[in-house]
Amino acid sequence: MAAPLLSVRDLVVEFPTRRGVLRALDKVSFDIAEGEVLGMVGESGAGKSLTGAAIIGLLEPPGRIAGGEIWLRGERIDNFSPEKMRRIRGRRIGMVFQDPLTSLNPLYTVAQQLIETIRTHMEVSEKEARTRAVALLDRVGIPAAARRIDDYPHHFSGGMRQRVVIALALAAEPELVIADEPTTALDVSVQAQIIDVLKEICAERGASVMLITHDMGVIAETADRVAVLYAGRMAEIGPVRDVIQAAEHPYTIGLMGSIPTLTQTADRLTQIPGAMPRLNAIPRGCAFNPRCKDVYNRCLVERPELIAREGGRHVACWLYEPVKEAFNV
Amino acid sequence: MIAFILRRLVQSVIVMLAVALVSFALFRFVGDPIASMVGQETTLAERAELRDALGLNDPFVIQFWNFIARAASGDFGISYRLQQPVMELILSRLPATLELALVSGILAFVFGVGFGVYTALRRGNWVSGTIMTVSLIGVSLPTFLIGVLLIWVFAVELQWLPSFGRGDTVYIGDWWRTGLLTPSGRASLILPAITLGLYQMTLIMRLVRAEMLEVLRTDYIKFARARGLSNRAVHFGHALKNTLVPVITITGLQMGSIIAFSIITETVFQWPGVGALFINSVRFVDVPVMAAYLMLIALVFVVINLIVDLLYYAVDPRLRVDRANARH
Repeated sequence: MAAPLLSVRDLVVEFPTRRGVLRALDKVSFDIAEGEVLGMVGESGAGKSLTGAAIIGLLEPPGRIAGGEIWLRGERIDNFSPEKMRRIRGRRIGMVFQDPLTSLNPLYTVAQQLIETIRTHMEVSEKEARTRAVALLDRVGIPAAARRIDDYPHHFSGGMRQRVVIALALAAEPELVIADEPTTALDVSVQAQIIDVLKEICAERGASVMLITHDMGVIAETADRVAVLYAGRMAEIGPVRDVIQAAEHPYTIGLMGSIPTLTQTADRLTQIPGAMPRLNAIPRGCAFNPRCKDVYNRCLVERPELIAREGGRHVACWLYEPVKEAFNV
Repeated sequence: MIAFILRRLVQSVIVMLAVALVSFALFRFVGDPIASMVGQETTLAERAELRDALGLNDPFVIQFWNFIARAASGDFGISYRLQQPVMELILSRLPATLELALVSGILAFVFGVGFGVYTALRRGNWVSGTIMTVSLIGVSLPTFLIGVLLIWVFAVELQWLPSFGRGDTVYIGDWWRTGLLTPSGRASLILPAITLGLYQMTLIMRLVRAEMLEVLRTDYIKFARARGLSNRAVHFGHALKNTLVPVITITGLQMGSIIAFSIITETVFQWPGVGALFINSVRFVDVPVMAAYLMLIALVFVVINLIVDLLYYAVDPRLRVDRANARH
């Protein structure tokens, strides 16, 4: 396998508070290969968006990267100066946010925002930037782009605005696009279109995508691999088909069981008892141990690391550790 | 756009009529104008004659109509005290007040926005802390005290600046006497302008700071950062423009109150403006001057409000409803 485009190693993000330091991400590791779409799932507060923010260097203070490394195409970027990091944002890593209604500055036309972004990263004339901007809008599916480009954001509907947001995120042709719940705020009817547009353009340009969502349907259709986060830790990561159809981590199994399907009839969906622990009350050992039906004594004292499984999967669960019998006294 | 302006103009006229009614009521309810115009030896017959000649026996509506008609043509009658046409009196003193108000308004806006942006962007460093603390003093000290303190420090102790008056003035055109063109005029302007503008400055500064912090938290600022725009572009291109939308309203209203409430500053610094004229008129129950002053201030507020609305229109595209209506 070729060197990955993005490589995150043991990433730790902490929030210092008055009552001690909260560890919001705890040793998260994953790779994104060239042209790959990696889905990132987990409950609210599991650290999905935080991972994205940490990669692009936009953690909100007082949050900070307290450990680990982030490598982009063989170059370590987590210790870049703010100015160096700024030049990576937009140019090499683009980001799409959740709410298209609030992502665009209401006081500038779409053209102004696109041209500004293009000219920040590329040495092109105003006119050339405009030509590019129109082409981009056209590509993301805005009808009559040459005319609509001079409209203000409030002239567009939600779905159209998210297309504009995608155009902006891709304006400087980044190699990686972090899409943070790009469809959550949209009508169900346009969600699929937006995902399609995003996926197509990225495929066209060979850009990789980190797709953050809690919509397993979107993941199943879009992603090549999926990573499951739980309480700031990686629970499971692997090819999307394997993880969805034959999840291994008890949390992932529970997560998949909670999704309704058309083919099976069930009176009740399975649900995982309890709730994700708060960041200041993460239990010793495995973070999932209070809710896990397969818990045993090793889970209570020792934290499981990602264990390599066949087919490129990794699971952080002691059930898959060969030596588990030794503890089962 | 035109419809919008017309609507605003009609509203302005209604406001002016309401103020005119109040001003007019002054004549009838603040003492008897005849009593303040004549001496003690005037006979009752002479008083009745004068009353008749001035039209004070006409029905209320007719008197009010006459008042408005004359006011609209700039005739507010003769000052009881100075025996000069009121309009002449006010016009001769208006330049002084307008110059003072304009200079302190510009000071307040420039420093208010500047400090506001600075303290919002550099939260937590000691310069911001100092500015914030000093601004608290500016908000809480009354204007006259600030004026007196400034006089004490800069005029009495240091003797750098004059403590009262306008200094030398020269005429621009027929009646605009300006102090801005002479050194002593400019020196005289400094202390009153600071006194008058300090409160407005701290107000604008705190408003800008709060708005700016609010805007910096919005998604579109985050998205602008995520696109790699420079800090400068994000702060001044995107954040400041959005910050200024609500700030414009307050600043506009403040400009009105700077003109209206320059009374205190003008009194402290013996500034020969309309505010001082008004205070003296109150002391002598000079009703025509008071009424005219009231109308003038109302006019200033109305005009400024109109300008503010138009500025809004220029800054915020969402208000240009004519062509909007979200085309899908």
